[in-house]
Amino acid sequence: MEPFTTHTGRAIPLRRSNVDTDQIIPAEYLKRVSRIGFADGLFAAWRADPGFILNQPVADGATVLVAGPDFGIGSSREHAVWALSDYGFRAVISARFGDIFRNNATKAGLLPVPVSPQFAESLQDALEVTPDTEVTVDLVAREVRVAAPGGPVELSAPFDIDDYTRWRLMEGLDDISLTLRYADEITSFEEDRPHWLPTADAVA
Amino acid sequence: MGRTLAQKIWDSHVVHRADGEPDLLYIDLHLIHEVTSAQAFDGLRLAGRGVRRPDLTVATEDHNVPTLGVSGPGLPLTGPGSPVTDPVSRVQVETLRKNCAEFGIRLFPMGDAGQGIVHVISPQQGLTQPGMTIVCGDSHTSTHGALGALAFGIGTYEVEHVLATQTLPQQPPAQMAVNVTGDLPYGVTAKDLILAVIAKIGTGGGVGHVIEYRGEALRNLSMAGRLTVCNMSIEAGARAGLIAPDDTTFSYLEGRPHAPRGAGWEAALDYWRSLPTDADAPFDREVTLDAAALTPFVTWGTNPGQAAPLTSSVPDPDTMDDAGDRATALRALTYMDLTPGTPLTDIQVNTVFVGSCTNGRLEDLRAAADVLRGKKVADGVRMLVVPGSMDVKAAAEREGLDEVFTAAGAQWRSAGCSMCLGMNPDTMAPGERSASTSNRNFEGRQGKGSRTHLVSPQVAAATAVTGRLTAPADL
Repeated sequence: MEPFTTHTGRAIPLRRSNVDTDQIIPAEYLKRVSRIGFADGLFAAWRADPGFILNQPVADGATVLVAGPDFGIGSSREHAVWALSDYGFRAVISARFGDIFRNNATKAGLLPVPVSPQFAESLQDALEVTPDTEVTVDLVAREVRVAAPGGPVELSAPFDIDDYTRWRLMEGLDDISLTLRYADEITSFEEDRPHWLPTADAVA
Repeated sequence: MGRTLAQKIWDSHVVHRADGEPDLLYIDLHLIHEVTSAQAFDGLRLAGRGVRRPDLTVATEDHNVPTLGVSGPGLPLTGPGSPVTDPVSRVQVETLRKNCAEFGIRLFPMGDAGQGIVHVISPQQGLTQPGMTIVCGDSHTSTHGALGALAFGIGTYEVEHVLATQTLPQQPPAQMAVNVTGDLPYGVTAKDLILAVIAKIGTGGGVGHVIEYRGEALRNLSMAGRLTVCNMSIEAGARAGLIAPDDTTFSYLEGRPHAPRGAGWEAALDYWRSLPTDADAPFDREVTLDAAALTPFVTWGTNPGQAAPLTSSVPDPDTMDDAGDRATALRALTYMDLTPGTPLTDIQVNTVFVGSCTNGRLEDLRAAADVLRGKKVADGVRMLVVPGSMDVKAAAEREGLDEVFTAAGAQWRSAGCSMCLGMNPDTMAPGERSASTSNRNFEGRQGKGSRTHLVSPQVAAATAVTGRLTAPADL
């Protein structure tokens, strides 16, 4: 996984709440067996509307998505994260995330940035007035900063992320390697499991 | 201080605990299916890793397989005899089969007697047991909490993690109690109960929490009803949903193929009886609901929290206090093509779907058949009845339920996720409207442009008869 420390880019507002992962990528795109090439399915149904934000010139090159509350609810499909990353997003800002989406995002190097509903709305307002506003998502300082290109910081807010996930993202570490450090403990745990627990083996 | 059911299961599965790290939890059972596993197996191969415990891993084909033309086991995936006509779906199913063969994982393929929706087959086989940790790359894994297991949905990277290590690093969740007092009135079901819970706490109300459903109404629910309730925990944003194991749980499990036997059964019972939440265990949040006041519930919007009693009308967004709710409701009504004030019972549908991991068990099919017996599906309405597993299908056929459905004009299918999600041949066309016993009414969930009203099996069957949202009592 590519390390994430701080990222500055242009952001676009997605003024919708309860954006479920079926909207982020519809089920018809989930039949593929690769992890790449999901950008074409990103918000596929909404992109049929020419007025949708991703169809505006401002979306070209945007790397931060600022969404309404409860982003990424519903289905566990990690394809939603792959689609956002494949499109070029590095971070999503929202007042609240679905748990599974948030988890998936941090495993795949897409930063979920939880902020207050008021800050998310102010940021969306700012982006609509000044589309070339630059947003910095600073994982090191746990802070979002907003500025006109080359200008002073106009808006900022702290965001929460637990120390462990932050460290893992900053180092670009993958969980499996970290867990395998405890392989001996897993083995000894297995030795103590009750014998009556089920296995998948066929039974008579 | 006492501990909750979820905390007891959690504590007994911690493999490694250290300050500043998430707990490393052992996973007792890993369920996999064709849609969220292929990339995980690729990851294993790239890293040169194996599957640590194939004996604790079970696979089934459910999401993208067709429910027509599956006459039995051993059907070819390719060529003229294959029921799978979509080449992309075929590759995905083939990939699962190759992966299971390569890593020695037990697979229930399309048409096999053990095949079905992942969350239907595991309880049915007795693989799901109280006190276990269970994961699957599917958000409705919360279903298994009905037996007192800690079960949650995970993403594909986590699937790879569990395949490689049989563990998952997890931050402890907050604890939430949903207390349901009183008993459900006649004609009101587990589905109505959980829709009412979600409407009360909202789609994000359970975020970061594990919900334990408690109270008389839950104690009196059958195992099928409990599975329906826990299934939809994720629709309230919860990481998992559980119900304490009791005699209903134990009698459901006893004698199932993978349930413990003999001395093992006695040892298991002792353990299971120690699991219920201690009287002095604190919850971070508690919500109370009166079951006796409930009536059949249906959704009117595009998320499962947008639900109301069937006797009410389409709500008016202008009367909503919260600006966010108002905007979401306005957007939902536009998508659903509904006008505020319209009685919900005036809403006409052209599709009825009975099935899914929410309501695809034998008891659900019986309930729908009881309403439909001797009646006809209305002209212009297409009704699909899709058993949750091949075992449910066989049991239903032994009772003659298939004949009730086909005599009424409904289509009787083989097992799969079917019309719950638009990724197999069972989809709706743009603008079509359904009464569906599934779990999600998201935009386009049942096919691009489709409109979904979530209902119980009883309401689904009554709706099929009249062609508009209907309670069985009004037939």
